[in-house]
Amino acid sequence: MNFITHLRTKKLLVPLSLGLIGLIVVIVSFINNPQSTQAVLGSTIRQSTPIILGALCGIMCERAGVVNIGIEGQMLLSAFIGFMANVWTGNLFISVLAGMATGALLGLLLAFMSVTLKLDQIIGGTVINILALGLTGYFYTAGLTTAGKIQPLTLGFLAKIPLVGPILFRNPPITYTAIILVFVLQFVLFKTTWGLRTRAVGEHPRAADTLGINVFTTRYINVILGGAIAGLAGAFLTLEAVGSFERAMTNGRGFVALAVMIFGKWTPLGAWGAALLFGFANAMQTQFQFMGTFNIPHQFIGMLPYLLTIIVLAGFGGRARPPAADGSPYEKE
Amino acid sequence: MANKHVLETKNVAKRFPGVLANDQISMYLNEGEILAILGENGAGKTTLLNIIYGLYDQDEGEIFINGEKTTINNSHDAINQGIGMVHQHFMLVPVFSVTENIILGSEVSEAGILDLNKARRKILELTDAYGLEVNPDAIVEDLPVGVQQRVEILKALFRKARILILDEPTAVLTPQEIEELFWVMRELKSKGVSIIFITHKLKEVMEIADRIMVMRRGKVVGETRPSETNKNELANMMVGREVLLRVEKELAQPEEPVFEINDLVIHKSEGRNSVDHVSLTVRAGEILGIAGVQGNGQTELVEAITGLRPVDGGTILLDGKKMPTENPRALTENGMAHIPEDRQKHGLVLSYPLTDNLILCSYYKSPFVKGLTRNNDAIEAYSEKLIEDFDIRTPSPFIPASNLSGGNQQKLIVARELSRDVKILIANQPTRGLDVGSIEYIHRTLIEMRDRGVGILLVSAELDEIMSLSDRIAVIYEGEIVATLDAKDATREELGLLMAGSKKERSIEAEV
Repeated sequence: MNFITHLRTKKLLVPLSLGLIGLIVVIVSFINNPQSTQAVLGSTIRQSTPIILGALCGIMCERAGVVNIGIEGQMLLSAFIGFMANVWTGNLFISVLAGMATGALLGLLLAFMSVTLKLDQIIGGTVINILALGLTGYFYTAGLTTAGKIQPLTLGFLAKIPLVGPILFRNPPITYTAIILVFVLQFVLFKTTWGLRTRAVGEHPRAADTLGINVFTTRYINVILGGAIAGLAGAFLTLEAVGSFERAMTNGRGFVALAVMIFGKWTPLGAWGAALLFGFANAMQTQFQFMGTFNIPHQFIGMLPYLLTIIVLAGFGGRARPPAADGSPYEKE
Repeated sequence: MANKHVLETKNVAKRFPGVLANDQISMYLNEGEILAILGENGAGKTTLLNIIYGLYDQDEGEIFINGEKTTINNSHDAINQGIGMVHQHFMLVPVFSVTENIILGSEVSEAGILDLNKARRKILELTDAYGLEVNPDAIVEDLPVGVQQRVEILKALFRKARILILDEPTAVLTPQEIEELFWVMRELKSKGVSIIFITHKLKEVMEIADRIMVMRRGKVVGETRPSETNKNELANMMVGREVLLRVEKELAQPEEPVFEINDLVIHKSEGRNSVDHVSLTVRAGEILGIAGVQGNGQTELVEAITGLRPVDGGTILLDGKKMPTENPRALTENGMAHIPEDRQKHGLVLSYPLTDNLILCSYYKSPFVKGLTRNNDAIEAYSEKLIEDFDIRTPSPFIPASNLSGGNQQKLIVARELSRDVKILIANQPTRGLDVGSIEYIHRTLIEMRDRGVGILLVSAELDEIMSLSDRIAVIYEGEIVATLDAKDATREELGLLMAGSKKERSIEAEV
């Protein structure tokens, strides 16, 4: 009893009990049907990777006070450039770097528009989305072939653990990187000087300015680095997940990433949880279609993850509080 | 104390387009001294301090710190020179803890990683040394304004400031918090910190300053000490003409009641104060002042009687007629005028031009409408007349209200509210943040309205204002009217005790 009241005061009761129920469900279903359980959970991780990377980009930008709704465009153009680099060079590492550089460049563009030109940031992000859609649509030619895609790295004995091993320790490098980045960014944002300054710039830029912190530089760096992370998400799509490019292949992931960022209350760990939830819905959706579980048109099942996003945002979004100076350009006196 | 000049400026000048904000300012600050810079809004006080703090570059002149010539290009330089500034609008991140706010920009860290425990220890050492009590782990937005200000002072001390600049520090404080601030200032002074204190409140200057420098229109017009001057002389220096600090008024000739509040109740809710069975009567031709420390239900009471807030019980009678609640237009049309507490948020639409602000209560009536459209000629003519009548200083009636100074914004509201057929005026903090000249104007206008037979309900946290204007004084404490006194019998001490709630029982005894 004491333990439970203690939990309630710590506001951990709900997530903990949900986690416990989830764990039991997973174990039961693994015993009954090991193969599809493993498939669904493995797919959850894969599906959540571009979302969490996009969300990390959003967190970096918005914590510094720049709203980035151009994540979708950053991902799309990076996916395309990464893919083209792979076509030309055949070197996957260089291709990933090319994708990240593309994202960073678009980040620079966004920073220039919103920090230096003080343009409306929603318009700045929309410019990037339209630009990416137009450029990739125009330059993309069907039928290009590549040397292949990034292969999974098996992490020794860890990969041999039943259930957990194949899901967590037999993934390609960008997926590992995404998970590592979640923890790195969580640490950087809340435990380092840089993080404190970034958050100050996003909450009260004038206060930061009076203490000798350069608001413009801080915003530029965060938006550019965030862009590079969104670029990594794009590279994941063409170089690690699919292996080829399709028109508008990001398919709204950039926007889902924003929803995930809000649901995660602008923290990397929270966003990761939300991204996993979304990834899980997506994996279930694929599984339902694959097994033909429900006798309804597949379009409806395909809506599941997006429906979940809406419900989650409507239910929890209102309670989250964005950084106070989010979206407003800083004017020096 | 050796007269060592820790700070000195020589012939500092700063021009803004069209204005000479600082004209050859030469001043000095001794070690361990409290220098008050007194001046009206726009006199150039803040400009001078922003130059010293490196936020502006001066066009001419030199700055010396500890006798050495120096250049201060940005706040970073100022901090390095031992200058700290507490801005009028606090520069604190509301969602950060006290510790995070204090160390921001001068973090206690190891290889880029914050050491919050060490930072907390350092802050506690500071709070002990200077007697500034504050919990380093509290989140700033949960703290009262006075404590937030203390955090600002700690921020400066943490950066080893020896010169502290306080920009209008008392503007946002309650009387008690002002006392605490003064205590802290004396404490800092005794530790050798030199303080520059900007204000336009004469009483405070007389109380705390060692030396007073008066500025007007960008120039230093005088320097004196509290022992060598008095409030009247200071006010005259500040404004540049004779100012009446005392409100001249005849005895009120109150007539029949115009406004009655009967048993008004508002239950306490989150972040809100309650109003506890308040009954008040305002008669035509009198000023009823409501005295009380801020946050004792005044805001809620005024919002309720002006129709802006639902009530949980009670009625309002205007000129004998029962008024509907939550219907500001009905109140306006029956002769209520309202000068709201926050003139920028509730008094004006800042982005609207003066013309539109002046017709906010009457835009839907003739002559301002012609069928479905506005009658711009009539609106313009009306606005120009009011601007003239109420002496609103503006280059044009078509600029947004946000471009006006605080005093002129208030005149704009007064013009709109009092140019109608008014029976009762609800004035909530009508002079807050205004300079002496504007305060004089508003006070005179209130008395004029009273003498024309308008009933006035005046709410103010400034006890002096209540005492000099009111004919009767009601004291509010925790949402309850604890006493209603005749103004000529009321003393400062008695009101102060009533406002603090400590005399509730005794006043009942006295009545028996």
